[in-house]
Amino acid sequence: MKDDTASRARTLRTYALLLLFVFLRPFGNLSMAWGTKHFPQTLSIHPVVYLRAMLDPFVALGIAMLILSLFTRLALLSLADLSFVLPVTAIGYVLAALLGKLFLHEEVTIRQWLGTVLIFMGTALVGSTARNTTAYRAGPE
Amino acid sequence: MKWVLLSIVVGATALSDLLQSHEMKRAGEQSIGARGLARMLRTIARRRELILSIGCLAISFFAFMALVQAEPLSFAVPASAASFIIETLLAKLVLKEEVGVRRSAGALLVLGGIVLLAR
Repeated sequence: MKDDTASRARTLRTYALLLLFVFLRPFGNLSMAWGTKHFPQTLSIHPVVYLRAMLDPFVALGIAMLILSLFTRLALLSLADLSFVLPVTAIGYVLAALLGKLFLHEEVTIRQWLGTVLIFMGTALVGSTARNTTAYRAGPE
Repeated sequence: MKWVLLSIVVGATALSDLLQSHEMKRAGEQSIGARGLARMLRTIARRRELILSIGCLAISFFAFMALVQAEPLSFAVPASAASFIIETLLAKLVLKEEVGVRRSAGALLVLGGIVLLAR
C-alpha cells in the first residue's frame, strides 16, 4: 500500500517534470530568438557582442529558462529511462512549430501537420510503457 | 564537412545523454525545488561524468550552430534527430533499459514526425 502511494507520487512527479520541461525549452528558445532578432548588432564570433546580447532581457530570460530546462531534464533522468524521456519530450517539437506559427507567423504545411500527428502517436505509445525499467538494478547510492 | 559536423552533433549528444542518464539514476531521485536545485548542483560538482556530459552538450550545441550556418535547417534538424535511434539502441545495450516493441515503435514514429516537421 505504502509502495503503491510512493510509486504513484513518483509517476506524478515524473509527469510534472515532463510538462515543465516540454514548456521551458520551446519558450526559452522563443524568448532567445525574439531577443536576438531584435538585437541591433549582428552576432559574430566576437565574445563581447555575445555578452552584450546576453544582457538583452529576452535573451537573458531565454537563457535562464534553458538552464532551468537542463536541471529539469536531469531531475527527469533520475526518475525515468533515457529511452522513455527522449521520445516523450519530443512533443516539444510540436509546441515549437505552434509557437512559430503563433508568434513568428510561419506557415504550417500539411506535411508538417502529419509530422505533428506522428509525434503525438509516438509519444503516446512510449508514454504507455513503464517509465523506469532499471531503478532496482541501479538503485540510488 | 557537413558529415563531420553531423557526426560530432550526434556523437556528442548521445554521449552526453548516456552519461546524464547513467549518473542521475545512480545519484538517486532529484527534484527542482530550491533545496532540490542546491542538491543537484552539489551532485553535478561531485560527479566528473556529469561535468563531462555538460561539456559534450556544449560541443554538440556549437557543432549544430556551425552545421545550420552551412547547411539548410531542413537537413540539419532531421539528420541530427538520428541521435534518437542511436540513443535508444545504446539505452538498451549500455544502460540495460527494457526497450520493447511499443517503445521502439514509438521512437520510430517520433523520428518520422521530426523528419516531416523539419522545413
